[in-house]
Amino acid sequence: MTLLDFARGPAIEVAMVVFVFGVIWRLAWLLFLPHAQDRSKAKITGGALLSGTVGSFVRHMWPAKEYAARTLVHTVASYTFHIGLAVIVFGFGQHIQFIRSITGLHWGGLPTAVISAVSVITLAALLFMLLRRLTNPVLKVISTFTDYWSWFVTTLPVVTGLAAVSHLWIRYEDLLGIHILSVCLFLVSFPFGKLMHAFLVFVTRTQTGMFYSRRGAHV
Amino acid sequence: MDDWVMEQGTVGEALARQGVSRRSLLKYGSYLATLMALPPTAGRAIAQSLAGAKRQSVIWLSFQECTGCIESLTRSFSPSVEEMIFNLISLDYQETLQAAAGEAAEKARLDAMAANKGKYVVVVDGSVSTRDGGIYSCAAGKTNLEVLKETAKDALAILSVGTCSSFGGIPHAHPNPTGAVPVSDIVTDKPVINVSGCPPVPEVIAGTVAYLVTFGKLPPLDRLGRPKPFFGDSIHDRCYRRPFYDKGLFAKSFDDEGARNGWCLYECGCKGPVTYNACATTKWNGGTSFPIQSGHGCLGCSEPNFWDMGGFYKTLPQPTHHHGRDIGAAAAVGAIAGAGTAVLARQRRQKAIEEEGKTK
Repeated sequence: MTLLDFARGPAIEVAMVVFVFGVIWRLAWLLFLPHAQDRSKAKITGGALLSGTVGSFVRHMWPAKEYAARTLVHTVASYTFHIGLAVIVFGFGQHIQFIRSITGLHWGGLPTAVISAVSVITLAALLFMLLRRLTNPVLKVISTFTDYWSWFVTTLPVVTGLAAVSHLWIRYEDLLGIHILSVCLFLVSFPFGKLMHAFLVFVTRTQTGMFYSRRGAHV
Repeated sequence: MDDWVMEQGTVGEALARQGVSRRSLLKYGSYLATLMALPPTAGRAIAQSLAGAKRQSVIWLSFQECTGCIESLTRSFSPSVEEMIFNLISLDYQETLQAAAGEAAEKARLDAMAANKGKYVVVVDGSVSTRDGGIYSCAAGKTNLEVLKETAKDALAILSVGTCSSFGGIPHAHPNPTGAVPVSDIVTDKPVINVSGCPPVPEVIAGTVAYLVTFGKLPPLDRLGRPKPFFGDSIHDRCYRRPFYDKGLFAKSFDDEGARNGWCLYECGCKGPVTYNACATTKWNGGTSFPIQSGHGCLGCSEPNFWDMGGFYKTLPQPTHHHGRDIGAAAAVGAIAGAGTAVLARQRRQKAIEEEGKTK
């Protein structure tokens, strides 16, 4: 069995099983946890509460104006690599083929040159985020192993994917195998660390928005 | 056949007897030099070397195979070029081509082995059955396994022609009922050159033999034991449809607009990016075409386990073992485990509340 056979076969299958199990496990756990009863009197309900919750969610997508200038570069870099990752994952023809084989859904892809350019920009943004974490005194103190691990397993597929598309260093089939294995590492790590924020951000922001909106607070 | 058997003159003499001119030999030398990406001056050197070289004694063994490899060589579109290979060698044993049969045929093999001990080349097409002592493929009362070990013992080198002898091929595909293995699994103490392909490109077989005869040494080999001059580039890198891949223009099926426009066949399951062979450069039928040019993706036939790569029409990024039920089961178990974890958390919370009540 070659490296690519292993990656396309048992490795990706096991990784997907672990990913689905882990994500559902954490979400179900969160859903069924006991919740403290909110004893405050609701100032708004129904459509107004929904509107307030959504508004809060949207407003939290950009820093408050008091911090906007100070965190502008960081915010732009964060958005850059998040959007870049989305473009790479959902815009590259080969990734669409992968998604199609799992879900049956498919759509048109972007030219390889566009994906390569986006990958380079995404990689630059990810490197900036790491450098900032390593050099900012406050961030450095509060960073733990999981922060660096999350960065590593996110960046590795971008680097290996870019190398595979560009046919760099070693033979394509080995690069493709390594790339798929790096995705496996990402999938296996995803539910059990901070990467889970991709799902939990919707839960936590909604909960926060609803909590304050119910009290009439505009946050 | 008789004038070939045991004939050990020079290649030049053999060519002259068959009316092949020096000019033709020079052209052939230039052709081989071009195929192997050698400098233009190498063509003359090859021709001169070939003319003075002793005809190489070759014993050709056919095991678990379909005869497609020898058909590829003998019935190629331009046999005048490929048949020159038979002038480069003294083909002392080949079951399909030789006139002799039965004990006389086996005697020819044994005689050639004795006369050229340590100097003959063994060409093998077909994989070797090993299960139950190799009884699933026999000839002349001997298993292929026995014949290979016996013949390879005093050979100079082994040339595995075709994917079956190089990597096991179709007989080796799951579930491999005969325990088929490639020649290199059996012969470990001799140089083994793999000229893979199902079938191999005739020019590649001829070129590899010519290299051996001309230079008297093995050509540079890749990690799978294949001659680099022919297996150095992937089909994808040499494919004329490559620009469409780079632009993201793909045929989605064999009869859509993309297919009619000649776009890249990657999404139709083409294995060109992971397949190394000379098809895209030498092409087939006298340089007329090759599978991708005919509108079908590359099957990856010159690679190990090409029959088990998840299907000819499954694209490379697609998992080969994907089972929806595994994912569904993972989701169900995850939901149960999550609910169970939450129930445990509720019980701990309740217990903590009760203990706090007792202390008050």
